Amino acid sequence: MQKFKKLFYSQKVAPFVFVLPFVLSLLIFWAYPLISGIVMSFQDISFGNRTFVGTSHYVKLANDKFFRTAVLNSVEYMALTLLLMIPIPLVLAVMMESRLTKAKGVWKVIMYIPALTSVVISGMLFRMMFSESDGSQMNQLMIALGHTPIAWLKTKWTAWIALLLLCMWRWTGVNMLYFVSGLKAIDNSIYESADIDGANARQKFWYLTLPLIKPTTIYVITISVYAGLSMFLESFMLWNGNSSPKNIGLTIVGYLYKRGIEKNDLGYACAVGMVLMVIALAINVVQLIATGTFKREES
Amino acid sequence: MKKTWLSVAMAAAVMAAMPFAAMAEEGEATAVTTVGPEDGTHFEMWSFVDAHNEFYGKMVELWNEQNPDKQLNVTFSTYPYSDMHNKLMMSLQAGSGAPDMCDVEIGQFPNYTGDDTPLYALNDALAPYEADCVTSRLDVYSKADGTRIGVPTHVGASVMYWNAELLESYGLDYKSVKTWDDYTALGEQLKEASNGEVFLTSVDTGGVDWMWIAMAEYGDDWTGGPDGEPNVELDSVKKMMTMQKQWLDDGIAMISTDGHIDLEAGFKNVSEGKVASFPKAMWYMSRFTNYMPEMEGKYDITTIPVFEEGQKYSVGIGGTGTVVTEQSADPALAAEFLAWAKLSKEGESYIWSVLGFDVCNSALWFDDEFAFDESNQYNTFFRCKPYEVLQQIANDDAIGTIYSTKVSPTLNDYMCTTTLNEVFEDGMDIDEALAECQEYLEMELM
Repeated sequence: MQKFKKLFYSQKVAPFVFVLPFVLSLLIFWAYPLISGIVMSFQDISFGNRTFVGTSHYVKLANDKFFRTAVLNSVEYMALTLLLMIPIPLVLAVMMESRLTKAKGVWKVIMYIPALTSVVISGMLFRMMFSESDGSQMNQLMIALGHTPIAWLKTKWTAWIALLLLCMWRWTGVNMLYFVSGLKAIDNSIYESADIDGANARQKFWYLTLPLIKPTTIYVITISVYAGLSMFLESFMLWNGNSSPKNIGLTIVGYLYKRGIEKNDLGYACAVGMVLMVIALAINVVQLIATGTFKREES
Repeated sequence: MKKTWLSVAMAAAVMAAMPFAAMAEEGEATAVTTVGPEDGTHFEMWSFVDAHNEFYGKMVELWNEQNPDKQLNVTFSTYPYSDMHNKLMMSLQAGSGAPDMCDVEIGQFPNYTGDDTPLYALNDALAPYEADCVTSRLDVYSKADGTRIGVPTHVGASVMYWNAELLESYGLDYKSVKTWDDYTALGEQLKEASNGEVFLTSVDTGGVDWMWIAMAEYGDDWTGGPDGEPNVELDSVKKMMTMQKQWLDDGIAMISTDGHIDLEAGFKNVSEGKVASFPKAMWYMSRFTNYMPEMEGKYDITTIPVFEEGQKYSVGIGGTGTVVTEQSADPALAAEFLAWAKLSKEGESYIWSVLGFDVCNSALWFDDEFAFDESNQYNTFFRCKPYEVLQQIANDDAIGTIYSTKVSPTLNDYMCTTTLNEVFEDGMDIDEALAECQEYLEMELM
């Protein structure tokens, strides 16, 4: 007992006890599912039975045109969200920090509120707004503009307007807050000395704000890359299920869900998940190397 | 260097967690109730429809009255559709945590019909009712070797719904329509009379009911049945698609808003008189009473037109098979209760009067007291008594069978996302679109 007590109060053991919850949750909720996912991707799984099938799932994946559509859609979605969701929130954040803006708190709250609504509800609202019936808001607008009603969710580019708007509506406020906090960390005296040197507003943004806010930008890009690649619920809610006309809304995770849950083929779904992981990792590692994140850590 | 690896590991951890985060929004059971004495045999039962669990609850009370020696104590949980099916699948895969009894929607059923099914065989329990039942409905919830693993709820016989008031206002006679040629001719007349404002029907891009009807009429089945190979390049399917495409080109029909007519947008088209008729299963009647009560007395129900006289003209569409899992402590008792609850006269009366379904026990279709009860809302809502149509279907032996097999989910998915859209929205050649679908299915089965 005494020995146990000693061990418990030992300064050497204490740090391990403190990190134990994190290590345990990493092992249970990350390492175990990851390893078991890798193993399952080489298996056929049915009720209580598992048989190894070698690389046949991956061979099938290579020829699966639905999977190709899903990968293309996810990558396109990621790229487009990056194009929209980095510059716009950044500009908004700079505007929020400007002395000319009144009632900043009110704006921030308004911008942030959509992030608090459930995707299920916002997806439903967008589905109704973009419905192909004459009575939907968007078609009312089209009619008012003298255009015929559009079947928004049946062609790719019109449907993607809805999808990207939903994304922007929901996440602009969040990304903006990241940038606002990044801007707050910049020392004001730097701007003052730039003023003395005669820099104008554009130059200050370009040569001071952008480089100084880079860590925040890298963080936002990193989370946006995997948020974009793993998008699922938005498309699921917008089309009221996992099926969209000609699969214009099919994403990698949507395909994983379709295979694993809807078609009871967990082995194949795991192979899909592995490919998603590899793509996301590759993009992020390239991005982190390109932005010099690793270099700075090592020096 | 170590830190590099840590960064990569952290990034991977967050990514790996993303799909789980996406699914974390799924809900808890919306309703949990327990019926029966505490010392009775305890069962867990899941459904995705609250009304179904209410029905089972009533049947447990009745069962306990009639069977003092076999008292039941059942806990019912209602979950949203996909939640419930996911939970069931996971608990059966894992080997524990599954309920004793559970509703399974027909589209999900092929997931359980393999050789290693974790579901209890119901053949013995169903035996007393089998002779009176519509066999095709028992077949769709069976394994390839004939083992019954699900108790059907309804037939889902497809019939034709007509906006009689609207058609009469244009002086058109829908009752004499017997073939699809007659139907097309009526469409031309309606287009002329209404200046193209009213469409005769709406063509689905997100549902395969029309194709099922065509196959039933020609005795085809694109799944190939339990042992066969799938084949979508069927003449019956091509005929239906060609005819529908012609309707669209001629302005007789519209494309169903949002894909098919069993959605909010579809109810709107029906209740606003934008479409004058459509084929749908009998269970669509409850959509009228629930979502379009203002249509009372306006709609009529008849049989569906045929391509050639003498063909079958109905097919069972949709449905729920209730199963008993192998994990149950007393599967024989659960099976006996289920078969009784869903197929006996007591159970079927409730299914017809409250849920509004065409019951599987077809002996009751000819029981006037059962079928034509004036206190049943469905008997007064429409311009005919629904069971009159069912009697005609039974007399003509007019119900065809389309199986749900392993390929069904993939087939339906491809049709509803791709083929029907390509043909009706993009004007793609029908043979080409079907060949593409066939190619995909063959690749899938590899």
